[in-house]
Amino acid sequence: MINENLQPIQTQKTVSTGNLKARSASQVFWFSIMWLAGLITLLVLLLVLGYVIVQGGKAINWEFLTTAPRGGLSGEGGISTTIGTTVYLVGLTLLVATPLGVGAAIYLIEYAGEQGLTSPILRVLISIANFAVETLAGIPSIIFGLFGYALFVSTLQFGWSLLSASLAGACLVLPTIIRTTEEALLAVPDDYRRGSLALGATKWQTLHKVVLPAALPGIITGIILSVGRIISETAVFFVTLGGSHRLPSSIMDGGRTLALHLYYLAMDTNAFNKAMGTGAVLVILIVLINMVINIISRRLTAKVRGG
Amino acid sequence: MNSTKLETNDYNLFYGNFHALRNISIQIPEKKVTALIGPSGCGKSTFLRTFNRMNDLISGVKTTGDVYIDKTDLFKIDPVALRQNVGMVFQKPNPFPKSIFENIAYGPRVTGMRDHKKLEEIVETSLRSAALWDEVKDDLGKSGLALSGGQQQRLCIARALAVQPSVILMDEPAASLDPIATLKIEDLIHVLSENYTIVIVTHNMQQAGRVSDYTAFFYTDETRTGRLVEFDETKTIFTNPHDKRTEDYITGRFG
Repeated sequence: MINENLQPIQTQKTVSTGNLKARSASQVFWFSIMWLAGLITLLVLLLVLGYVIVQGGKAINWEFLTTAPRGGLSGEGGISTTIGTTVYLVGLTLLVATPLGVGAAIYLIEYAGEQGLTSPILRVLISIANFAVETLAGIPSIIFGLFGYALFVSTLQFGWSLLSASLAGACLVLPTIIRTTEEALLAVPDDYRRGSLALGATKWQTLHKVVLPAALPGIITGIILSVGRIISETAVFFVTLGGSHRLPSSIMDGGRTLALHLYYLAMDTNAFNKAMGTGAVLVILIVLINMVINIISRRLTAKVRGG
Repeated sequence: MNSTKLETNDYNLFYGNFHALRNISIQIPEKKVTALIGPSGCGKSTFLRTFNRMNDLISGVKTTGDVYIDKTDLFKIDPVALRQNVGMVFQKPNPFPKSIFENIAYGPRVTGMRDHKKLEEIVETSLRSAALWDEVKDDLGKSGLALSGGQQQRLCIARALAVQPSVILMDEPAASLDPIATLKIEDLIHVLSENYTIVIVTHNMQQAGRVSDYTAFFYTDETRTGRLVEFDETKTIFTNPHDKRTEDYITGRFG
């Protein structure tokens, strides 16, 4: 009968389970180790965050946030102007770094690999650019500070100013923006590009109507990461922004960011509780920024996918 | 035979030093379905991409010989303009991550259409022509990616129709679809051939037999260089091929 042929082959109990017990035991062992590692990491993180927020939280009140620091050895006053300076600096730095970084990434990914780019000089330049982006991402930030000091503060005579600091800051975050944008562009399937070109769209239309919208969540993530980087940076701004505790009234004025203020409070005054308070504000800001990154990239991804 | 829409004369294509297509001469008739068949790697997809110059995007491609569309030298036409006239449907459905409406409106928009009323008309006509309208008419705001594979492919066909091409190139359009979705695409190809010149690459012999009026058999040997062995009406190719290799391939003796 045909049906007999359709019977599943009987599994025979001759296959030995071998060292099943030993294998299970070793799995349990290694999983416990990894679980423990995860737990310890989490605890350390919570400890740092908790300590700063609990200690600093005592110093934080409405007055602390809204009055200007008065300078001096006792660290009198609040942190209002340093919050303002931080916001200015973040804005200015992104204004410089975003178009440059996104533009460079688009060139490197969308144009540099193209046919017709047969000029050997250009090809060498492009590989140097790629190498530079990789290297710059790993350079200690004080190097950017030194460079910014030598070029912007001193040679170009911008002095200790928002301008010098934002230009140096832009150098610092450029690799981050280029990298994340490159990754976001690479993640856009070539099918979209071909689909668009095959409809008679130009390369530029393809880029700005299909590729960039699809890459946007990744690009925005890179920009917000840079915001965090600028907020928490001290070395670069220590040598380019000066240390005035007043709110800068033009881009040629210096100032101090929250992170710098924290440094001054900790090193030059005995207002340790205020340093902690400033630290807590910084930490909370960074946590908030990370939450915003998550929300935005999730929303945009859902929108791009059509949710 | 109808008037010739696409034509190549001693056309050769090289990927760097690799000779991928040798001396292809063919006259593809207007408003008919022409199937390109042959074993894997015989260059039929590469040949298809000649007609909308998508090979230009691949670095190291060089060609010799002549290619004409409507008796005009194809390489003298700006590729962007050419691709508005010669649409393409890919093997894997590739709708944009946009709404159904935006997917169809994309082509007209990039060519400068701003009038929303007209765009709505184009979207409806294109979707009707692609036999997708009834399934999506209440849901034009839905993402194209939310459709099933077969619907996505018909969406891509509608998207290609929206720029009013005269030629549609199809690169194994049903290769990733289930049998029912495949049949729908094949029916659609039949209907579209009344108004469009269709060139379709397929691996599926039965499909070539079902949908095409003309069939071109491509073949390659150990050199991996693709040649056109035989080009004729599909029924001749399938019932009375001139070349032994065509016969062997059709009857499934290799490939």
